[in-house]
Amino acid sequence: MLDDVAIRFRQNIGIVTAVLLFAVLYLLYNFAHPKGFSSAVLVQNGDEIFALAMLAMAQTVPVLASGLDLSVGAVMTMVGCFASYLLTGVADGTPLHLEIFGLHLGLGTFPGGVSGILLGIAVCLAIGTLAGFINGCIVVYGRIQPIIATLATGAVYIGIALFLRPTPGGKIDEDLNWAMTNSLGDFAATVHIFDDGAASWFAPVAWIPVPFVLLILIALLVWVPFRRSVLGRAVYAVGSAEGAAYMSGLPIDRAKIAAFTLAGFFAGCGGLFLAIQTSSGNADIPQAGAYTLNSIASVVIGGTSLLGGTGSAIGSIFGAMVLRVISFFFRIFDIAPLLQPLFEGLILLAAVSIGALGVLRVKNTLELFR
Amino acid sequence: MPDAIPSQSAFLTLSGISKRYAGVRALEGVDFACERGKIHAVLGENGAGKSTLIKIIAGVVQPDTGTMRLDGRDVSFATPSAANAAGVVCIFQELSLMPDLSVADNISIASPPRRFGLIDARAQRRRAEQLLAEIGCEDVNPLMRVRDLPLSRRQVVEIAKALGKKPQLLILDEATSALTSADVEKVYAMLARLKAEGVAILYISHRMHEVEALADRASVFRNGRHIETFDKGKRSTADIVQLMIGRDIAAQYPPKPARETPKPVLDIENLSWDRHLHQISLRVGAGEIVGLGGLDGQGQKSLLLALFGVLRGVSGQITVEGREVRPASPAAAKSVGIALVPEDRKTEGLMLPMSIADNLVIASLDAISKGPLVDRARENEAIKRAIARLQIKIGAPGDAVSTLSGGNQQKVVLAKWLMTDPKLILLNDPTRGIDVGTKQELYRLMRELADQGAAILFYSTDYDELIGCCNRVAIMYDGRIVRELEGDDLTETNIIASALNIDGATPESSGAAHA
Repeated sequence: MLDDVAIRFRQNIGIVTAVLLFAVLYLLYNFAHPKGFSSAVLVQNGDEIFALAMLAMAQTVPVLASGLDLSVGAVMTMVGCFASYLLTGVADGTPLHLEIFGLHLGLGTFPGGVSGILLGIAVCLAIGTLAGFINGCIVVYGRIQPIIATLATGAVYIGIALFLRPTPGGKIDEDLNWAMTNSLGDFAATVHIFDDGAASWFAPVAWIPVPFVLLILIALLVWVPFRRSVLGRAVYAVGSAEGAAYMSGLPIDRAKIAAFTLAGFFAGCGGLFLAIQTSSGNADIPQAGAYTLNSIASVVIGGTSLLGGTGSAIGSIFGAMVLRVISFFFRIFDIAPLLQPLFEGLILLAAVSIGALGVLRVKNTLELFR
Repeated sequence: MPDAIPSQSAFLTLSGISKRYAGVRALEGVDFACERGKIHAVLGENGAGKSTLIKIIAGVVQPDTGTMRLDGRDVSFATPSAANAAGVVCIFQELSLMPDLSVADNISIASPPRRFGLIDARAQRRRAEQLLAEIGCEDVNPLMRVRDLPLSRRQVVEIAKALGKKPQLLILDEATSALTSADVEKVYAMLARLKAEGVAILYISHRMHEVEALADRASVFRNGRHIETFDKGKRSTADIVQLMIGRDIAAQYPPKPARETPKPVLDIENLSWDRHLHQISLRVGAGEIVGLGGLDGQGQKSLLLALFGVLRGVSGQITVEGREVRPASPAAAKSVGIALVPEDRKTEGLMLPMSIADNLVIASLDAISKGPLVDRARENEAIKRAIARLQIKIGAPGDAVSTLSGGNQQKVVLAKWLMTDPKLILLNDPTRGIDVGTKQELYRLMRELADQGAAILFYSTDYDELIGCCNRVAIMYDGRIVRELEGDDLTETNIIASALNIDGATPESSGAAHA
């Protein structure tokens, strides 16, 4: 039994390292923060972490299948722009129309109210998922390398976002914004459950920030079942040895499509949250690019091999949190914020170096190039 | 004609199967059958068509012509999984395991036990433990990643994975090559059990004593044809070797000049590496072509790589022209005058999209440069000389090297190294996939280089070629040199006998007997 624990520990050393790194950094941060260890700080951190954590999860799945998805930031941005039209929360609904080639096309009215918001959320997530599905189909049926396929589709998705929001704007329902970006207590008070959050049994958990709860729910309800499904197993197998996976009769094409589709879904979740958090849609190209690159960095810090086959989206969440905590430090220690990329880069280098130690054990140097 | 086997008792029947790869014949008009409850050995030299045969049966490749019947029904397998579904399971030489997944994951990869639609990790683990216990290898922890297991244990996992598919026809392709002798015994016991249960077993092995111990029947293949099938005990080992060799039209080889003991260029003492090379001692003199023979994968390639500085952790002594060297990289090997024509010319020998000219000078840039800049005039001069010397047929030197035929590509690889003026030339199966005409040019060139004083170490899978080209051939088996053949001893029968290690001689005794 002890054997098993030791084996599991060795195999998950990457994730363990990321968790420890995060724990140490976050404790230091809270000690240094004047209002450390308070719900307010936690809520603020949660809001700042969520979108990147989602993108890190999104990036993990294609990387496990040894592909890189350069469109996750673009999908996030596009979904955010859609959300700024669909989640306005106006009771009478939102009239939608399309202006293209000088034509004015009425698209009817998107329903308002609570049911309208729920529908809007579903539509936004569906758009993200569809974008990922398209990526997967292009990679599999177009036989195009993932990195270039998603570079192209990413540009297309950004184009759609710019078409939707040439300038930042739009509106998100205020209650939705309040409920999703604060503590569980605020959430309950806004949607009027558990006696508006005053129920006595609810008090011990009321301080937990909603984004963390969402993160855990998505991880448990989407990632864990996926990892334990045959399709999820096939994704790992494809990333580990595609030839062997084929010879074992695994559904390789479906696994790759599933990997990119799931990436689209996660990226959609991130975009949806970002729109809710900022109460607007913004086709911000530099931001999309930065999120994509940070998602790759998070995946690596979280112990997933860019060669595919090993790692986990859970590790990537911690990778994203490590990156974010580094930026928190800049706020409290009053370091010039311009130095931030420098430090993030150094941390990334250190994390990758640990992962590269195995190279020293290779006995046939020709294998390094295969 | 192969002996007919009564078709009513056959479980698998192949009729008229042919297969060509890019115009090269791999199988031609093969009729073959095997029965339930029998272990059927498939024998043949390297390239006799055994691998293609089992790939067709296992659904990895499709035959060009011919039919296959399984259990009385016509079948054709489009994929390995279709073959698996019909009960045909193959344990391949190249492992089909996914290194990053655990042993339990790998064993149940195709159809894992499920609960509520999700993989049931606990049931999967029990299943792995059960299957591993069946072959007596309980020591493998199913949680371990395959990557972290030694090769012999991976092979065990591969066998357990195949067993888990409940095979009706089990194909073992050199499946015991990496096993320890204790594990081999366990695998034998498992095969006997499967045989008793009525499973048909196809067994491919180069170990003659293994075939003798296990097989109820054997079929010999040669040059893509099924030569003969016979029952156990009907043929002596010598007969079988003769059947495997057959008669071939010999290629033209340049004459070997007689010479006295040459000045040694390469002197290897007790070279060992990892688990693949053991205590190798070998000398190659100036003007000598020394062959490396034996079955595929007995350490010949590793030996060449070790000399070229590719391998880490090599022990022993390497002396080149009286100076002890220990090349740490191909660059270091190059600087002491060693050249290697590598195994795969497309990935290791050439930069395919680059031009012929660039490829030719890439190893000798320092010789044609002034300071940091390449001297264009000297470069063009060198390129012209190389192309003329090797008679490489090209359009223009600026064309991509990928536009050349395989033979001419190989000439470019060789020419590239000749420009460095090597003292020791290592050749890793340089004539593979090359037409006969170009082969003869290469043989002539090798002899020419030797005559100019180079020492050549030449690995080839083609025994005929070794006999025709080499002054001396060292036969390797299991990472050791088991015998050195020279002069009149250098015959195909002797090569095959030593390659199969039929007398089971320990390297010490046979080496001593021949020293």
